[in-house]
Amino acid sequence: MSMLQLFTDTIFSTMRDVLPIAAVLLGFQLLVLRQRVANPWRVMRGFIYVLLGLSLFLMGLQKAIFPLGELMASQLTNPEFVYKDLYAQGITAVQTVRWDDYLWVYAFAFAIGLATTLAEPSLIAVGMKAEQVSGGGVSAWGLRLAVSLGVAIGVSIGCYRIVTGTDLWLYIIVAYIIVIIQTFRAPSMIIPLAYDSGGVTTSTVTVPLLAALGLGLAATIPGRSPMIDGFGLIAFASVFPIMSVMGYAQITVWLEKREQRREGKDAL
Amino acid sequence: MSIPAALKLFRPLLEALRDLTPIILVIVFFQLFVLKQPIPNLAEMLAGLLFVLFGLALFVRGLEIGLFPMGESMAHAFARKGNVFWLLLFAFLLGFGTTVAEPALIAVAGKAAEIAALDGVIDTTEQAMDEYAFGLRMTVAFSVGTAIVLGVLRILVGWPLHFFIIGGYLIVVMLTYFAPHEIIGIAYDSGGVTTSTITVPLVTALGVGLATSIKGRNPMMDGFGLIAFASLVPMIFVMIYGMLTV
Repeated sequence: MSMLQLFTDTIFSTMRDVLPIAAVLLGFQLLVLRQRVANPWRVMRGFIYVLLGLSLFLMGLQKAIFPLGELMASQLTNPEFVYKDLYAQGITAVQTVRWDDYLWVYAFAFAIGLATTLAEPSLIAVGMKAEQVSGGGVSAWGLRLAVSLGVAIGVSIGCYRIVTGTDLWLYIIVAYIIVIIQTFRAPSMIIPLAYDSGGVTTSTVTVPLLAALGLGLAATIPGRSPMIDGFGLIAFASVFPIMSVMGYAQITVWLEKREQRREGKDAL
Repeated sequence: MSIPAALKLFRPLLEALRDLTPIILVIVFFQLFVLKQPIPNLAEMLAGLLFVLFGLALFVRGLEIGLFPMGESMAHAFARKGNVFWLLLFAFLLGFGTTVAEPALIAVAGKAAEIAALDGVIDTTEQAMDEYAFGLRMTVAFSVGTAIVLGVLRILVGWPLHFFIIGGYLIVVMLTYFAPHEIIGIAYDSGGVTTSTITVPLVTALGVGLATSIKGRNPMMDGFGLIAFASLVPMIFVMIYGMLTV
């Protein structure tokens, strides 16, 4: 596909996505609220920036990141790469899948989960708001790092699950029990933000690459179904950030308390 | 573009570069050192990365001057007006409108119809598949509208979020047990599909704006949480849709 055609296609599909929202905003603004927006031209320019920016972003991803990332995911999960030592000895029929045959896959899942979540535009938006609302108490960068670490850990465990073929429900239920316990122990002001982080991560950049990784694994390991195991990774990517964001707040509070205790001792 | 405006775009550009560096490092490292292969189409890839960089910077700048102020000013206006009906209608339409035309959802719904046809849940005719896909799309869009309405009601009344979310996930676990298994994957995916890149900033600005302008609400405690609703409720609705269409 030519660059120009790709660009018009992307802009068109982004516009189709934005049009209903613009209609709702404009309709209510004009018919119900009937108030003037401050700086209407500036706001308008902002909407055009968002539209153009998102189209460029998606187009660049399709050109630069997705093809190579998906190719890498399929190569890393390919038995020819996983068992290259055995293949070199002429053994091509691998009987049992051991979990530690796939160490590079877990490493890749961790690294790509971390890196793509850091670049996720919706998470950038939520981080900006959280920093502003908390008066700097929650830093945008700290929140994004916590969420990204959660995704990274979640998807590596998710890959381990696909390789070993253990039951998805077991993991998800244990994860939710941890989330419930944390909910009652973590500082209460972080909880809504933590829950939101779960929904934000599974978005534009992360999902296509994770899906490729999950499908690659599920398709090459005997006995796994791409239907069930592909979506499993996305479930992991949405639960673990909830834990890591609450954990980040818990650790911050714990460190502050320890600092205070130490200062208290010094004073004595 | 005037010089100050160019400077304002320069900071997001630097930040975008910082945000994208990890992806580049990961891809280069795994490609060159683990898979031991050269980077294919280097020139095209660099061009693509430039697009991603400028796109992200423009997007962030657009958030700051467009989406965030708009969402917040509307939230304040609704709070001043004090008409709950219009606010809830707005919340519903915002959720419905951001989801119904979402390209990712259209793709997922089409795939779901194919799977349902292969499994013999619906006829394999074009018409039956289109109807199923359309029904699914409407279900998801309706569920996101409902989710935002619920979330806004929660902000107005001041109910604690965790009861809804923990309760909601219990319902998800229970429904997972009863729902036909070919719909489960789609249901879980639909939770992620609905929170698109334009929905998230708008809905966040709406929630925070409402919580800021209503007396007795704390923007941190009450302002966030709308996205959590928007990713939870569709799972429930889609599984119910799957149970009803069998």
